[in-house]
Amino acid sequence: MLQEFEFLGVLGAITLTIPVVTLIIAWLLRPKKPNPAKQETYESGIKTIGDTWVQFKAQYYIYAIIFVVFDIEAVFLFPFAVALRQLPLYSLIWAIVFIVLLFDGLLYGWRKGALHWN
Amino acid sequence: MPFDPSQIPIVQIVFFVMTACAIGGAIGVVSSPNLFHSALYLVLSLFGVAGYYVLLSAGFLAVVQLMVYVGAIAILILFAIMFARRLMGQGENQNNQQWWLSLPIVMILFAVLVGVVNTVSWPVSGAEPTGDTVMELGHAFLGSYLIPFEVVSILLSVALIGGIFLAREKVEAEEA
Amino acid sequence: MQSLIDWVLSFQNPWLTEPIVRLLSHLVFAPIVAVAAPAALIILTWLERKIIGRIQNRLGPNRAGPFGLFQAFADMVKMFTKEDITPANADRIIYNMAPGLGVISSIMTFAVIPFVPGFLGADLNVGLLYIVAIGGLGTLAILMAGWSSNNKYSLLGAFRVVAMMLTYEIPMVMTLIVVTMAAGSMSMAAVVEAQSGMWNVVTLPLAFVIFFMAGVAEVGRSPFDLIEAESEIIAGFHTEYSGIKFGMFMIAEYVHMFALSFFAAVLFFGGWQVPFVDVSSWSGPIGSILGLISLLIKVFSFVFVMMWLRGTLPRFRIDHLQNFGWKFLVPVSLFLVIVVAVVIRMFAPGSDVSVAGPLSGLVPFGEWVALLVANVLVVVVSLFVVSRVARSSQDKGLRAVAAIEGVSAK
Repeated sequence: MLQEFEFLGVLGAITLTIPVVTLIIAWLLRPKKPNPAKQETYESGIKTIGDTWVQFKAQYYIYAIIFVVFDIEAVFLFPFAVALRQLPLYSLIWAIVFIVLLFDGLLYGWRKGALHWN
Repeated sequence: MPFDPSQIPIVQIVFFVMTACAIGGAIGVVSSPNLFHSALYLVLSLFGVAGYYVLLSAGFLAVVQLMVYVGAIAILILFAIMFARRLMGQGENQNNQQWWLSLPIVMILFAVLVGVVNTVSWPVSGAEPTGDTVMELGHAFLGSYLIPFEVVSILLSVALIGGIFLAREKVEAEEA
Repeated sequence: MQSLIDWVLSFQNPWLTEPIVRLLSHLVFAPIVAVAAPAALIILTWLERKIIGRIQNRLGPNRAGPFGLFQAFADMVKMFTKEDITPANADRIIYNMAPGLGVISSIMTFAVIPFVPGFLGADLNVGLLYIVAIGGLGTLAILMAGWSSNNKYSLLGAFRVVAMMLTYEIPMVMTLIVVTMAAGSMSMAAVVEAQSGMWNVVTLPLAFVIFFMAGVAEVGRSPFDLIEAESEIIAGFHTEYSGIKFGMFMIAEYVHMFALSFFAAVLFFGGWQVPFVDVSSWSGPIGSILGLISLLIKVFSFVFVMMWLRGTLPRFRIDHLQNFGWKFLVPVSLFLVIVVAVVIRMFAPGSDVSVAGPLSGLVPFGEWVALLVANVLVVVVSLFVVSRVARSSQDKGLRAVAAIEGVSAK
């Protein structure tokens, strides 16, 4: 197991240097002439109005919750998928029950309009 | 004595790097005045824990840790922060009136944990897992642990319905 | 890779013990992967401009070098020498970290791709899950960029993109489960081996279509390019980025798109498999070279299709996009998982009677036909349900979905 992750470690270390080296080269090459007008927040050429904090749609949050639940469901389904060919038939039925139960949750959300984007 | 490269304790070095991530991240979570930074430190800490799983030859758990915590729960936490707080706030006050109460509790908890770590004999096996661990997990999920497996499904649907129900109120308040 | 290690070990050199040789092979191979992926960008950006140019009746780049081939180098010089402005209100540290994290996450996905028979970086037994996990880092990078810029458009763009990525990741993961069931393993190498008889795209066409759609959305390319809906949110989450940091987001996007093409080829088009020829049984390098060429032809076909889509399709509206994802793709992919699980279990071979499927005598040809029929059936049933529900329901989102599907909902 460790052997298989060794390569990831080496690749990760090398990949980590790529953005660092790129930023350093760019820092050496590029002009640096900051001035206050340049560093203002961009807002189509006018002065920024108010705070950046805009009304955050709660819909995003609902999607994130549903996403987390289905992500965890997938984690449980992957071992099932690997072992599928060797499992007894009743296991298959239980796995389907597992999926259908979650699908019910999704249907509830659908009925409540939680999936709908306005 | 000639230098023998196979004696480099790679596992120990990786362990220390991962511990630095996990503990450094954890300290960052509680000490950073900015909530967004705290959440990112949490990601670092969870990443360190994923490294532990790799060292323990639990590759599946390591990847799941990355996928669920970094890919999903961290995003949810970040959304929740932006949902509830003003952005780029000048930092939260890190103490409140009850800080003196939490101090002894934390001390006691720490003492208990140190006691537990020292008294329990931790069974350690140097053996590598045999066979395909994911396959074994699949057999376990739908064999001896079938009932917990189904309970997980119910738990997840309850979480889903509960989450939708609570967040829905906010949506309706927004639309009204 | 193992054969290479064995070859070096055969020298019996006391210094070259097994772990050292393995580490050395990593140290040779990892930089190649880490540099080759961004280097492919030179070809990809040139191809993109040329193809889009031809689609729009233009010539595309034709000044720098023969056929404009050196355009990418000119762009690179431009990116490096441009002033790089950090807005005064930005969170400097996170602002500078975000593009790097995006690049890292997109390059790291290449670690598990089997390029030729028996040669891939890390043959994880959780390879399919790994690509999802590493993709999560890219999502995080976008959120970091959007937040740290402290700009309304950046933040709004980041929210929209992340919400879209979350939506389309679920159907994508479900199709990965389908592929896992067909191969009986999550290792990428095993997935390719399992397709030696028949490619997954033939037996699981619906899974492929869902995977590719969700993948294009994940990568954020047209028609899912809400990332840079210029007419609505300026440039999305990288509005404030300039110079090389903007360039790094570009690199991340193209490498990600390249990786997606590799995944589509490996998971559904047999990876390095050549039709009717078993290259893995050939000894010597010719089989490997043929395999690599076969893989690259498939990969560049997908790259071409994605550019073609960008040249011809208009952008999705965000409400259509979300409703299509949640109300069509997610239920259909869950349904597909159940159906494929049943079919594969029916054909499962085994010596034990309690384990063997009732139709196990018909493997493999019967299984292929049954899977194909099951896929078509899922498509027909889903479209039928959508049209029926859309007709009777007040759900505007579903009606829009039905309209996208071309199913009449009167």
